[in-house]
Amino acid sequence: MTENDTVIRAVGVTKWFEASKKGFIQSLISREPKVWVKAVDGVNLEIAAGEVLALVGESGSGKTTLGRMLVTLETTTRGEIYFMNEKVSKRLWRKVRRQVQMVFQNPTDSLDPRMPIMDIVTEPLHRSGIGGESKEAQFKTSLELVGLDSKTFAQRRVRDLSGGQRQRVAVARAIIGNPTFLVLDEPTSALDASVQASVLNLLAKIHDELKLTYLFITHNISVARFISDRIAVMYAGKVVETGPTESVIFNPKHPYTQALLKSVPTIKTHDLAPPTGEVPSLVALPPGCRFHPRCPYVMDICREKEPELRKVGDIQAACWLY
Amino acid sequence: MLLDVKGLRVSYRTVYGNLEAIRRVDLSIDKGESVAVVGESGCGKSTFGHAIVRLLPPNAKYEGSVTLDGKDVLALKGHELRAYRGNDVFMIFQDPLNSLNPVKRVDVQMLEAVEMRERVAGREYDETKAYKDIVEGLTGVRMPDPEVILRRYPHELSGGQIQRVVIAMALVMKPKLLIADEPTSALDVTIQAQVMKLIKDLKKEYGMSVLFITHDMAVAYTVADKFLVMYAGELSEFGAVDKVVSTPLHPYTVALVNSIPNKSRRDGELVSIPGSPPNMISPPPGCRFNPRCPRVMDICRTEPPEARQKDERMVRCHLYD
Ligand SMILES: Nc1ncnc2c1ncn2[C@@H]1O[C@H](COP(=O)(O)OP(=O)(O)OP(=O)(O)O)[C@@H](O)[C@H]1O
Ligand SMILES: Nc1ncnc2c1ncn2[C@@H]1O[C@H](COP(=O)(O)OP(=O)(O)OP(=O)(O)O)[C@@H](O)[C@H]1O
Ligand code: SF4
Ligand code: SF4
Ligand SMILES: [Mg+2]
Ligand SMILES: [Mg+2]
Repeated sequence: MTENDTVIRAVGVTKWFEASKKGFIQSLISREPKVWVKAVDGVNLEIAAGEVLALVGESGSGKTTLGRMLVTLETTTRGEIYFMNEKVSKRLWRKVRRQVQMVFQNPTDSLDPRMPIMDIVTEPLHRSGIGGESKEAQFKTSLELVGLDSKTFAQRRVRDLSGGQRQRVAVARAIIGNPTFLVLDEPTSALDASVQASVLNLLAKIHDELKLTYLFITHNISVARFISDRIAVMYAGKVVETGPTESVIFNPKHPYTQALLKSVPTIKTHDLAPPTGEVPSLVALPPGCRFHPRCPYVMDICREKEPELRKVGDIQAACWLY
Repeated sequence: MLLDVKGLRVSYRTVYGNLEAIRRVDLSIDKGESVAVVGESGCGKSTFGHAIVRLLPPNAKYEGSVTLDGKDVLALKGHELRAYRGNDVFMIFQDPLNSLNPVKRVDVQMLEAVEMRERVAGREYDETKAYKDIVEGLTGVRMPDPEVILRRYPHELSGGQIQRVVIAMALVMKPKLLIADEPTSALDVTIQAQVMKLIKDLKKEYGMSVLFITHDMAVAYTVADKFLVMYAGELSEFGAVDKVVSTPLHPYTVALVNSIPNKSRRDGELVSIPGSPPNMISPPPGCRFNPRCPRVMDICRTEPPEARQKDERMVRCHLYD
């Protein structure tokens, strides 16, 4: 990958939220230091033009927070984000926002149920001052791209649509302004398997036709296998493994990725071998490797020093085994 | 045979008319056997579970017969019904928080369950012994520090912990039939796998029968002996999981199995089912799947198919007439 190919690059990106564990009064009188939730903790990531990177990991591992930072919906606590090799500062937000979009997990929460589809889909155009005929034409094009008839749907309301249709509307809205980069946050996890299949086919088609770059957030490994070129695995705020999709799925290096894959139910095996223990608290992370309390291969060094991403074949893994 | 359901029909009265959520469903479960009810959202899976535990809302009407261990379930009343729910069946609800009372500590709720069990069985309630029972239950679900968990309120527990508390409750009650409605859909993959393993172990250790409700065939495949595939309130296919997955007979089952992503997009498109599930207030005449079926024939548009025995399972489709 050359520098010029990179659409988005994260360097040491970190997001800490202040945890409101104490009551308000208590926090006024108490002198204890603030408590932080380390949602994303020093992530380095690169996505090349035209690539689909799947971001997988458990609930609370920081996937959505990282995605939101990449599309400027969230500020970073530390670290830098580069869009088309330009460092993204607040000054650049307006410009970047024209080229990046996010599709959220639950279309029912993210779209106003009473607004006509026409208004929902064309809303991003208003922000860039496009109206009139050009607006209508773009509405028609983007609705057709997601496989909905623009005449039938223009004046319908979201509350009258099925789950799959709602998610298509959300995608139409995201692509209408001709973006370069889309973050798709679990776009199919609220859908039934049969509907999920058609939305995934659609997202693959749009990706090809519009030459888009995707960050595709999912906890479903089979979905990641279908849609992505590369996979990044997050655990407790850190990327612990990244590599070509097939390598990560069929030959994972990091013990957490291995455990995750053995936990995924399929119609090929009746047996699951999940890791023991719970996902760690992001307020008081275990020292050293974050996975060490659950890792079957834990060594002394794992309890003391945090491993960095290192090359293992065509994969990068953050683990002292390598 | 532990549970026997014959010709079950459940309809809801709604402002738009009568909604027939379940019709013509037959099912039997043996002792120690587990059956998974699978199908798309709205096909009637939860309604089916609620009918068996007799927890349908007041606007529901039912017909047919449900027999559990010789008891005529649909005829139970008052004390008998409470005893049935306490001792014979236990249901884990779709929303884990619905299974627990949010304003009561975990220990209080679990002790109440034991007290109920003892009363129903006509035994004296002994709190010290009951406490030992519930700690044992939590240990049974591999919960670390059970005493700490017991002193908490439900909102102080993670999703995985809540679900394990509810399963521990089932352990304490030792029902003959455990009904689990989407018990893992709010959970993480690794925690989901832990819970599934647990349910499997319980089945083995206690010989409990399980009725597992889920929209995810892959999840069900890890615990179930048999699949009951439902479409728009009807049984489409019922048989051993391996048979159903490797050689599905009903066109809906075929589509459901094929829509599970199993390849890279470079190897072609995924198979999806065109159209959407029917409006259940005025479903299509004939076979309810006919508007979406790739193998539809003329007879399918007028005659509802009968369930038939075919290749070691039940299937409801004119292709097998
Ligand atoms: N605005 C916020 N304030 C405080 N904490 C937050 C905020 N947003 C997220 N968090 C916390 O940051 C952590 C990471 O959350 P995030 O939503 O990024 O995880 P995720 O990987 O997307 O999880 P999921 O798979 O459940 O969507 C969680 O512990 C979450 O509770
Ligand atoms: N109390 C009720 N009154 C009227 N209709 C109802 C009621 N409960 C459910 N229904 C309807 O009955 C049908 C079956 O619903 P049910 O909840 O059993 O489906 P399900 O298969 O469990 O769906 P999901 O996968 O979404 O949980 C649906 O059409 C639903 O809208
Ligand atoms: S660094 Fe050590 S504890 Fe962490 S995953 Fe590797 S072997 Fe396991
Ligand atoms: S009865 Fe006809 S429409 Fe229904 S599933 Fe069979 S072939 Fe398809
Ligand atoms: Mg998220
Ligand atoms: Mg349900």
